[in-house]
Amino acid sequence: MSDVVEKTLTALPSLLSLDSQPGSAKLSSTSKLGNLVRGITELTSKHEEEKLIQRELASIKEQVSSPNTSMRQMKELMVRAIYCEMLGYEASFSYIHAIKLAQQGTALEKRVGYLAVSLFLNESHELLLLLVNTVLKDLQSTNLIEVCMALTVVSQMFPKDMIPAILPLVEEKLNHQKEIIRRKAVLALYKFYLIAPNQVQHIHNKFRKALCDKDPGVMTASLHIYLQMIQENPEGYKDLTASFVTILKQVVGGKLPMDFNYHSVPAPWLQIQLLRILSALGKNDQSTSEIMYDVLDESLRRAEMNHNITYAILYECVKCIYTIHPKSDLLEKAAKCIGNFVLSPKINLKYLGLKALTYVVQQDPKLALQHQMTIIECLDHPDLIIKRETLELLFRITNAQNVTVIVEKMLDFLRVSTDDYTTIDLVGKVAELAEKYAPDNEWFIETMNTVFSVGGDMMQPDIPNSFLKLLSEGFDSVEEDRKLRLFAVDSYVSLLQGEPGKLPQRFLQVISWVLGEYSHLRAELQPSTVMRLLSKLLDTKNTSSETKTWVLMTMTKLCEGAAGVSVAQEVSEAYSSSLDTVLRQRAQELQHLSQDSELRARVVPRDAGLEPLEVDSSLSFLDGFVSEALAAGAAPYKPPHQRQEELAQAKALSLEPYGLSLPISISSCSIADRQSPTLLSMSSGLSGDSTDLSHKGGSTTLKLDGVKRVWGKEGYLAQREPVEETAQVEVPSPFRSPSQQAEADSSHSQTPTPVPTPEPTQERQQLASSLFVGLSSQSSVCLMGKSESAPQRFKRKAKSPSSSSGASEQISNSLVSAPSTVDNLLCDNLLDANISSELAVSSPTQTSRLSQSLTTANGTCDVELTNTKGSNPSLIRDISVAVAADSTPHEDPDKPKDLCLSSHLPAELSGFSHSEITPLCSNQSLDLSACHVQQKDSLVLVVFIYNSSYSDIQQILLELDSDDLEVSGVCGSPVQEVGSQSVAVCQYSLSVKRPSVHVEVGGMVSYQLPVGTPQSAQFSYRLPLTSFIRPLTLSTEEYGTMWLAFSHDTKQNLTLINAGHESLAATLNVLKKKLQLHIVEIIGLEGIVACRLLQDQPCLMHCRVHAGTLAVWLRSPVPDLPDCLMYYCQRALQEH
Amino acid sequence: MMRFLLLFSRQGKLRLQKWFTPMAEREKKKIIRDMTTMVLARQPRSCNFLHWKDLKVIYKRYASLYFCLAVDNQENELLALEVIHRYVELLDKYFGNVCELDIIFNFEKAYFILDEFLMGGEIQETSKQMVNRSIEASDMLQETMEEYMSKPAF
Repeated sequence: MSDVVEKTLTALPSLLSLDSQPGSAKLSSTSKLGNLVRGITELTSKHEEEKLIQRELASIKEQVSSPNTSMRQMKELMVRAIYCEMLGYEASFSYIHAIKLAQQGTALEKRVGYLAVSLFLNESHELLLLLVNTVLKDLQSTNLIEVCMALTVVSQMFPKDMIPAILPLVEEKLNHQKEIIRRKAVLALYKFYLIAPNQVQHIHNKFRKALCDKDPGVMTASLHIYLQMIQENPEGYKDLTASFVTILKQVVGGKLPMDFNYHSVPAPWLQIQLLRILSALGKNDQSTSEIMYDVLDESLRRAEMNHNITYAILYECVKCIYTIHPKSDLLEKAAKCIGNFVLSPKINLKYLGLKALTYVVQQDPKLALQHQMTIIECLDHPDLIIKRETLELLFRITNAQNVTVIVEKMLDFLRVSTDDYTTIDLVGKVAELAEKYAPDNEWFIETMNTVFSVGGDMMQPDIPNSFLKLLSEGFDSVEEDRKLRLFAVDSYVSLLQGEPGKLPQRFLQVISWVLGEYSHLRAELQPSTVMRLLSKLLDTKNTSSETKTWVLMTMTKLCEGAAGVSVAQEVSEAYSSSLDTVLRQRAQELQHLSQDSELRARVVPRDAGLEPLEVDSSLSFLDGFVSEALAAGAAPYKPPHQRQEELAQAKALSLEPYGLSLPISISSCSIADRQSPTLLSMSSGLSGDSTDLSHKGGSTTLKLDGVKRVWGKEGYLAQREPVEETAQVEVPSPFRSPSQQAEADSSHSQTPTPVPTPEPTQERQQLASSLFVGLSSQSSVCLMGKSESAPQRFKRKAKSPSSSSGASEQISNSLVSAPSTVDNLLCDNLLDANISSELAVSSPTQTSRLSQSLTTANGTCDVELTNTKGSNPSLIRDISVAVAADSTPHEDPDKPKDLCLSSHLPAELSGFSHSEITPLCSNQSLDLSACHVQQKDSLVLVVFIYNSSYSDIQQILLELDSDDLEVSGVCGSPVQEVGSQSVAVCQYSLSVKRPSVHVEVGGMVSYQLPVGTPQSAQFSYRLPLTSFIRPLTLSTEEYGTMWLAFSHDTKQNLTLINAGHESLAATLNVLKKKLQLHIVEIIGLEGIVACRLLQDQPCLMHCRVHAGTLAVWLRSPVPDLPDCLMYYCQRALQEH
Repeated sequence: MMRFLLLFSRQGKLRLQKWFTPMAEREKKKIIRDMTTMVLARQPRSCNFLHWKDLKVIYKRYASLYFCLAVDNQENELLALEVIHRYVELLDKYFGNVCELDIIFNFEKAYFILDEFLMGGEIQETSKQMVNRSIEASDMLQETMEEYMSKPAF
């Protein structure tokens, strides 16, 4: 420390000497900071430091609040306050002064003010609102530096709902003559795009202008926005590919000014940004990819210098080459490049090499084989980070043969890892591998035991869930099931006999469930023995009450025979007076059921857990009880958030504009209706302590949001819950069979060909052969066409195919040759290099998606689902090609078809207005079109299936799916067949799950022609949220109470339609007409409007004319709904 | 996208902090603590990368000062390393052979340089001249203002 002080003294001669000069405020102030810093470095203890800082803060506080302090002194004080905060001491008194400094100071003072604000305040800090005005002023300043500062602070932190206030000014700056301003404006807009994409939707074409800017800096800045947008929607920007390629060509060719060079590499940041954009554009798109091959080749060639930055470019190049449509000589070069990384002695490069290998290994497993010795070295590397990355790579190449070795390595790592996040991640991966590739029961159970004990209580809850599911559902062979369960029981009993106190709670819960369900399989094991073991757990101090609940439930299942009953009695007595109500209830249950064995047999029947239970989610069986209670004067139920809000309202002052409008509306009400009894309830509602809400909504049913379902028709459900969940999650998996086959092949084609390396130790060689077994490319020879299947362990039992499985089966059939490869990729089975590289045409999405879903450690079901989706694009491509070739004869005018289609509209819908009929997709034989019909309380999507061929089409299956919408079929039986040249109609009722500006339904139709293979096609249908909006008729009083109950809101100023003093009414009428809103009342300058999203999701709007604009405030119980509606209001008024 | 940049000394003393995404005060404190302990505990000859939650942390030591930059998971680590290096170069150019003390005593300047270099978690300007030009421009303005202000008013 002393040398630091010395340096300080020597480094600051100028400061010290200048300090002695009187009258120079700047320098003496700097030395005040200098004094402080020096003072701190001289201290020896933390305690002294604290005292010093507190003294310092006190003096700062005194000075900032003194009226005589000049802005310049204030600047210096702020610098010191920032320093104190950096040391971890709070200086919140100075926040307001920081804002003042930013407001009032001259250029540099302002700058320090802004800096202090950005360091002190957080995006949600209330003081930030005070900054908005300052920023506005500075954005309009003629001083460039002030404009720069304002733009910088805007991109650093700005309250989201204040963006509209400054947006026009920032937009204007895109045309500024100075490039630095343009550049900062682009970046500020990028930031806005990230935090509130809806707000900047309208300026997309301005981004194009920024992209074409003559200044390379501005162009570079615009690429950030483009990368973001292209990743979200690559289709929309394909036309720009050639421009990006040209830019990259120029950059690589050194056409930029010299000062963009970094270590004589031309603009590396720009290059990498472009490479990322290109890979997003070229993914799954051959024609786009072809445009970029040349420039990628050149980038690879030019980046040859031995410097970090060229490696960074190379890495990005390699990633791009493996992401886009493959080209063999590029792939070859990229592979060589990866080799350079992996073999480099520099550890950072080695790390990146491993990362690159992990990325490409699914497409090219041979690469992993080439570098197996390096991989093994890295596995033993002292640096845990390298080790971790190697495991990630191994995880990707795991198959049925190397699983034991790889899992062993992973578990070794887990035992030494101390980082929770890594543990959670790895544990999930191990569980996944174990489930997928377990060679035998013993190994599986033991591995899972380690997973549970190492993963502890941090691991993802779906790991124990899916494990229990696996045990309870079983596999195809009953005998195997029995053996597995038996082994689990044995292993758990021996664990309990050891030191169960050390096991994590989750594991104990798993153990107790398994013992409860399956301990009867072990005939010589007495239930009472198990119960005694379990009761030991109850006595352990560390056991959580949740675990105790599980144990008590298990005991309920087990209490047989005199010995069992006596243990049960003992336990239930101990816990029947527990303070924990759940525990107490379980104890009571145990007590009663243990005495009544007949009842117990009915409540917890052995081996009967697999049928899904029907749950009466509306709790209708309680209706009688509720209405009785209501009649007897009980208060109606209110959901917790509402209670809380009311409580908060009652306590806090209401600062909302409603407080202002209250007297007006009350007086107007009382004039209109003096006796109105609701008036009272309204005013009490507004003051915030109303208790009568639920009956205002017009329904007497209970609100169930967030209420856990515990009771069903047959009584208490909790014990069965896991089972019920299982039934829901279960996805039939017809996809498994080919993979099973592939694995079977791999198991008998053992041709490990370890590449000879100079002098590897024997041990390593062995490890290598056990790690990389099954990866060799020769095994691919026997992949196709083989049909013997060795049993794959833990293959989920195929359930009777439901409609969806039928469809996916058809897809897999129609893919003729692809399914085996798809599965191959899917199961991480890297047997066949040839095929997988062929398939790479369409597979990058699959692989990357797959890798994501794998890392999230979900169960197999998930992976299969991804597969179903992932395999579609290639299908579509086939079909669309066919359409392109065939489109001419089909070009008959759309209009007549439309007319004739609308005549097919079902009679019951013809009375309602329907949207334009839009074509969804078409090919040689089928034309799909759709429209939506707005009914009073619902929205019906009508899909027309027109068979344009001359033969009947059979087995038509139409499936719709949407993230935002709830889709349910309307007709009784779905369409199966369509005769030649005729039309079939399907109806679906739609309701909104999650509001967004546009909602989309995706779908797939699959069908069979009399001759030929099954076909399918994909389509999507987009409709505006407005089609779901209906007027909501309310009285002003009801409006008042509802307004307070809603938690999601948004505010914005909209343009007012100018019509003299009737302008409010005119504006609201436009909205009413265009958006189907209901105007509740207009009082003077304020208006209240209500609407709902189909049946039950209201949205309320409060408008006020203020300074020539319409201040609109929307509130709803549904998140995002106010934002979307605001968007439509804005549009409606702009269009007007 | 970059998430935060921390500068701290070998003793774990924070010298500069920049947060590109909003973060609660407590979270910041925890991150600073985690970063200093993690980075300072690294053995020599290990790689310059770390995992922290779902972020990548890239750190590098320059003399007595550690630069520690956290980026999104899919970012390029080597590039992040060069971001740090470029920042050091910029500091060096501005201060002239920069040392830790320059950053301690003029930390606001270090912040200003950073603001010209990175903005909203992305590289703003890769040209070295440009960054320095804009810093110097504002410095000059400040100096002329100050000269003007400190002249005795006759």
